[in-house]
Amino acid sequence: MLNFNIDFTGEFVAFFLLSVCAIVGAVLAINFTKVVHTALSIALTFVALAGLYIVLEAEFIAFVQVLLYVGAITILMIFGIMMTKHDGEGTEPARPLLETLAAIGCLCLFGILFYAIRNANFPAQHAPFTDDNTREIGKLLFTQYAIPFELVSVLLTVAFIGSIALAKREVNTP
Amino acid sequence: MSMLSSYLTLAAVLFCIGLYGVLTKRNAIIVLLSIELMLNAVNLNLIAFSKYGVQPSLAGQIFSLFTISVAAAEAAVGIAVLIVLYRGRASVNVDEFDELRG
Repeated sequence: MLNFNIDFTGEFVAFFLLSVCAIVGAVLAINFTKVVHTALSIALTFVALAGLYIVLEAEFIAFVQVLLYVGAITILMIFGIMMTKHDGEGTEPARPLLETLAAIGCLCLFGILFYAIRNANFPAQHAPFTDDNTREIGKLLFTQYAIPFELVSVLLTVAFIGSIALAKREVNTP
Repeated sequence: MSMLSSYLTLAAVLFCIGLYGVLTKRNAIIVLLSIELMLNAVNLNLIAFSKYGVQPSLAGQIFSLFTISVAAAEAAVGIAVLIVLYRGRASVNVDEFDELRG
C-alpha cells in the first residue's frame, strides 16, 4: 500500500516547497502565544496555498486568494486584534485532558482520511486546460453559473450590511 | 503516488491542524483564523480535483470562488459578533461566553 515511488518533476519540487511552507505556517500559528504572530503566520500559509493554486493552473483563484485572504481577511483579523484586548495571553491554566483528546481526535481523523486517500483509485491522466483559464471562468460565471453568482453577491451584501449593523455603537439607546 | 493524492494529503493535514486549533484555542480570533484554515483546505481539494479529477473541468475552480466569497462573509460577520461580545464582556475568551449553557 505504501509505495512512495516519487518522480522528481518540477511540479513535485514546487509542490514540496510550497506545502512545507503551508504546513510550517499552520503549525506555527497554532503554537504561537501572541495573536498577531498567529495572524501573520496564517498569512504565510495563505500565500503558500496561492502558490499551490498557480501550480494547479488556477491563476485566477490564486490572485483572488492573495487579494481576499492575505489582503482582506488577515487585515480584518488584525483590526479585530487591535480593537480587543489581549493581556492575559498564555497565562490561563493549561487543559491537558482537552488538548490530548482533541489531538487524538484530529490524528484519528487524519488517519482515516489518509487511509481513504491511499486506497482510492484516481485516474492517472488529465486533460490539459486551455491557456485562457480566466476567460473561461468568466464565461462560465455569466452563463451557466449566473444565478449562483447573483445569489453570492446578495449574500455578500446582506452579510456586510449585517456586520456593520451589528458592530455599530448605539449611542442613544438607554 | 500520484500528484492528486499528495494534494489531498496536504489538504487533510491543514484541515486537521485547523480542527485542532478550533477545538483547543481559547482566543476567539485564533478560532476564527483556524476556521479560515479549514476552509482553505477544502478549497485546495476542490482545485486539485478540478485539475486531476475523473472529469477535469473548471467547475471546481468556480465552486472554490463561491467558497471563498462565503468565507469572506463569514469572517466579516464573525469579527462583528466578536466585537459586540467584547463590548459586553471585555474579553475574547470563548470559555466565558456560556450564557446559553443549560
